[in-house]
Amino acid sequence: MFMSVEFALTLAVMIFSLGALGVMLRRDPLVMFICIEMMFNAANFALVAISQYLGLIEGQALVFIVIAVAAAEVAVGLAIIIAIFRNEKHVDVDAISQLRG
Amino acid sequence: MKTLYLVLFLPLLTAIFIRLGGARMSKRAVSVLATSSVFVAFGFAIMSFIALSRIEPPRAATLIIFEWLRLGSMSIDFSLLLDPLSAVMICVITGVGTLIHLYSSAYMEEEEGTEFARYYSYLNFFIFSMLTLVLSANFVVMFIGWELVGVSSYLLIGFYRTKESAANAGKKAFIVNRIGDLGFVLAIFVLMGVFGSTDFNVILPSANQLGVGSVLATTTALLLFMGAMGKSAQVPLHVWLPDAMEGPTPVSALIHAATMVTAGVFMISRCHAIFELSPVAMHAIAWIGAITAIFAASIGLVQNDIKRVMAYSTLSQLGYMIMAVGVGAYSAGFFHLFTHAFFKALLFLGCGSVMHALHGELDMTKMGGLRSKLPITYWTVLVGCLCLVGFPGTSGFFSKDEILYQVLTSAHGSIGLWMVGTLTSLMTAFYVSRFFFKVFHGKTRLDHNVFEHAHESSAPMAVPLLALAVLSIGAGLLGLPHFISHWQPFEHWLAPVFSDLVRSEGHSESLGLPIGLMALYTLLAISGIGVCWRLFANVSETPTKIAVSFSYLHQLLWNKYYIDEIYDFVFVRTLFGMSRRVVRWIDQGMIDGSIHLISDSAQSLGIWSREKLHNGYARFYAGALVFGTVLMLALALFTN
Amino acid sequence: MLLSLILWSPLLAGLLLALLPAEGFARIRQVALLMSLIHFGITLYLLRHFDPTLASMQYVERFDWLPEMGVRYSLGVDGISILLIVLNGLLTPFAILCSWKAISERVKEFHVLIFALQSAVHGVFMSQDLFLFYIFWEASLLPMYFLIGVWGGERRLYATLKFVLYTLAGSLLMLLAMIAMAFIAKEQTGHLSFDFSTWRTLKIPLEQQRWLFLAFFLALAVKVPLWPLHTWLPDAHVEAPTAGSVLLAGVLLKLGSYGMLRFCPTLFPEAAILFQKPIVIFCLIGTILGAAMVLVQDDFKKMVAYSSVSHMGLCVLGIFSFNLGGQQGAVLTMLNHGLSTGALFLIVGIFYERTHTRDLHVYGGAVVKMPLLGLLFLPIAMSSMGVPGTNGFVNEFLVLRGAYLYQPWVGVVAAGSIVLGAAYMLRLTQRVMYGPLKSPVMEHLVDLDSRELAQLSILVLLIFLFGIFPNLMLSRSEASVHEGLLLMMRGALPNAIP
Repeated sequence: MFMSVEFALTLAVMIFSLGALGVMLRRDPLVMFICIEMMFNAANFALVAISQYLGLIEGQALVFIVIAVAAAEVAVGLAIIIAIFRNEKHVDVDAISQLRG
Repeated sequence: MKTLYLVLFLPLLTAIFIRLGGARMSKRAVSVLATSSVFVAFGFAIMSFIALSRIEPPRAATLIIFEWLRLGSMSIDFSLLLDPLSAVMICVITGVGTLIHLYSSAYMEEEEGTEFARYYSYLNFFIFSMLTLVLSANFVVMFIGWELVGVSSYLLIGFYRTKESAANAGKKAFIVNRIGDLGFVLAIFVLMGVFGSTDFNVILPSANQLGVGSVLATTTALLLFMGAMGKSAQVPLHVWLPDAMEGPTPVSALIHAATMVTAGVFMISRCHAIFELSPVAMHAIAWIGAITAIFAASIGLVQNDIKRVMAYSTLSQLGYMIMAVGVGAYSAGFFHLFTHAFFKALLFLGCGSVMHALHGELDMTKMGGLRSKLPITYWTVLVGCLCLVGFPGTSGFFSKDEILYQVLTSAHGSIGLWMVGTLTSLMTAFYVSRFFFKVFHGKTRLDHNVFEHAHESSAPMAVPLLALAVLSIGAGLLGLPHFISHWQPFEHWLAPVFSDLVRSEGHSESLGLPIGLMALYTLLAISGIGVCWRLFANVSETPTKIAVSFSYLHQLLWNKYYIDEIYDFVFVRTLFGMSRRVVRWIDQGMIDGSIHLISDSAQSLGIWSREKLHNGYARFYAGALVFGTVLMLALALFTN
Repeated sequence: MLLSLILWSPLLAGLLLALLPAEGFARIRQVALLMSLIHFGITLYLLRHFDPTLASMQYVERFDWLPEMGVRYSLGVDGISILLIVLNGLLTPFAILCSWKAISERVKEFHVLIFALQSAVHGVFMSQDLFLFYIFWEASLLPMYFLIGVWGGERRLYATLKFVLYTLAGSLLMLLAMIAMAFIAKEQTGHLSFDFSTWRTLKIPLEQQRWLFLAFFLALAVKVPLWPLHTWLPDAHVEAPTAGSVLLAGVLLKLGSYGMLRFCPTLFPEAAILFQKPIVIFCLIGTILGAAMVLVQDDFKKMVAYSSVSHMGLCVLGIFSFNLGGQQGAVLTMLNHGLSTGALFLIVGIFYERTHTRDLHVYGGAVVKMPLLGLLFLPIAMSSMGVPGTNGFVNEFLVLRGAYLYQPWVGVVAAGSIVLGAAYMLRLTQRVMYGPLKSPVMEHLVDLDSRELAQLSILVLLIFLFGIFPNLMLSRSEASVHEGLLLMMRGALPNAIP
């Protein structure tokens, strides 16, 4: 299961870009969440790869923090989405712009 | 000298007392208190006068009351100066003041208690202001009196406060006076700069420091004269005086005939040392006086309001006085001031008596035949009119004669001035007798009811009339022409004040000229009266025909040369128009405009970012985030 | 410690007031009035024991505060500031009295703010350390912001924003200049310093003086306000509650003129002389145009507000005439304007409480219904137009003479204001007091009650007192004003005066 660090980073960038595009282009908040998760995991992947490459353990430690934060964020985010769905009967992000300044 | 305190402060204290507590006092108590305070002041004034006459010439005494203002090494005291000039003035002011207080107690009878008290308080305050003015020992105190006189005049003209026209007239008087005061105050600055003091004792004896005939001297003299023009209502600052007739008639008698308006003449006499330095200024003063004299007399020819006729005649007589001091005949000018104070006060009080009898009627075309109804008024007004006309033997005759004689013979005088003066004298005879005949003679044009109910006024009004009539005749004796008498008390008394004048007031030994002039004036007076007798004593069509045939001239005079309209157009409207534009264009337009431009642009930046950047689309935010990150990464990468 | 007591006691009073129950309006008002009167008594005590013959600072207090920045807590009074401190002490009871009925919401907060304002203003007049000065300067802004913003009229938001932004923009410049000055002090003395007496000894090249002077001057000119930086004033006045207007005109404007007199000539003497002429010209324009603009206002309060612009123009003119008479006149103008304009604003408030309008078209004939006010209105109007016998005459006379001494034509132009002043003040008097009763609004006027009568008559008495005995005030400030001028002349013309 060895791959070169270049390959791993390229893969991370691709996954990250796909995730970012997904967040920008999709209107379904669930899909946007999945995309955000993709971005997180791309970053995690890059961290693991770099840590492996440099022989340092800190990168892998950071990954756990990211996973924990992401989980918390998803919990809060889903709660918000459910609350919006209860009020609005839909979850189109473009239609939810009450919080603009 | 301590009596001066009483002369000065008795009226002030009474004024304050009556203003604060008068509403709770009976009208009678108020009038008695006010009148007696001025009368007591008059007594003390006479005492001061006598005390002064015992001092050897140069008679003068200074009394420092307190240090008013100290600035570095310069100190301005509130100090009084009693000399022959001010001694005469305080006697006239308190004397005539007493009579007018007395007269007012009957004239103002119908006013409510509070208004009555207010009237007397203002009147006493005026007496105090005028006394301050004449007793002042330095320019600043004189200016203080000068302005306070303006204030009290403002209050008294606008006495009927709920009348819009009265309030307007008061305001106009004060503002026009202030224009004159502007000159006065600047003159004080010049003098303070040159002499480092404002005391008459310092400045006047060494006035030469300004430089004989220098620009500085001329400027100072003209600035001072500007003040005199305001107070003494000389053209072009005369416009306030006719309007000042909105005030109660006794006020017109006291302030706008006998005292306040003579302040300018008094001031020029007081400061003659400065005026003498500048022949240019003297010429200007003499000519302004002459122009005022004839200008006002010509307007007086056609006016129908009896008080306005008197107002214009006052203007005209003030012109005489100013012309006299302008040619350096201070004694003569001052003598005319003195006599005029009596006979003009008398005439105004007479008018007041007529108005009182006719319930405020002022239009002489609606009067006539009042001779039988108002005998005391008739005879006393006759005396006043004769004085004003300059009928031989009256005080007005001697004082006016002396002025015109000096105008003709003095070094500063000229034939031109004399001719203007003589022509004015003819006009005076004409308008005075027109007034007299229209009011008292002929068939009455009054409503039957009013005419029948017209009756002579009560004693408080009659006594001042009689007293003033006696004074009007008697005052002439103090200044008889030189060729008649060597007894010259008035001139002699004032001599110490004018002792610095090296010029002898040319009294040639020949009798031809003075007697010839006197004959001429007598002839003029009689012919003026005679013409008027024909025209106005009985109802006739002739005056109307004359008015019609000279309709343009008549219109011009009737509308007082349209001076008020011109001022209104040139100054008042311009000022208001300009101010409105300043507010709209500069204040709101330019200043607030640029302020708003700054704040608006900040605001529109905010609005733009709210509308366009903070649009609420989460996906847009995400895109912006990515875009920004990429941009910053790119910058970090490519700048290093 | 007397100065610290005077400085902090109003704030302390405000805090005590905050402890009272919010519902007992009457109790709050009484306690506030009592405390402000006691405080005024203390300021009088200070005045009584002040030695007018000394030009230097008295009652000096000095402690290190932020030593690494060279900032000290340093207080002191001289003949100029002491008069203004007493004025501030005097006007606060009036501000409380005139709000007796007018303020019926959030009464406690209102009085706390008034006390806070008083403390801040005292601080400005006492500070001998410019850092401290700046803090109080800015602190004085906040209470006024709330006084207008909470208890103000309809357009209060606009007015407060304009007022605060104008002033802040100016103060920012002053702050920059102060920091620059602190560094100049470091260059020349070795350590950072905001101390006024240290700053006075600095030798600053003209090139720098210019910018520093302008920065200071602009900040102060906004506050004065000097034409053309005045447009915030009429708006702020019109929207402010009566107490706000009284304090704004009475003491807040004086912060600016006080600062000008204190700092501009002494710290930057050469620049002051360099800019003298343009500043004088701005003063003249402000004085004359300000007076002309009063003439055409139809709003009672705006008329009074614009007359402030005119009067304060004269005040600055006196300061920048750079002679004893002119500057003494300027000091008097600050005090007298506080009394007469304060009184005029009280009168506006008295009318507004009765008529609920300030539109002069409906006014007229008030004297019939309010004879007592008629009696008191006149001296106040006379004071405002500088009639002898009232205090207004003395300062006008001195300032005009100062202007004349600087250059005769300046005196001539400035003297035009005495005609315009009479014109607008008499016009105002006539439109409000005289003539027939014009509108039903005026039919229901009631005359002054004893509270209003007491306020106005005290002010009128003071107006006469200082008009007849101006030396009472002049003698106290003369030594200090003289000293300031001497310092300036020494700085500007080092060779001319030993």
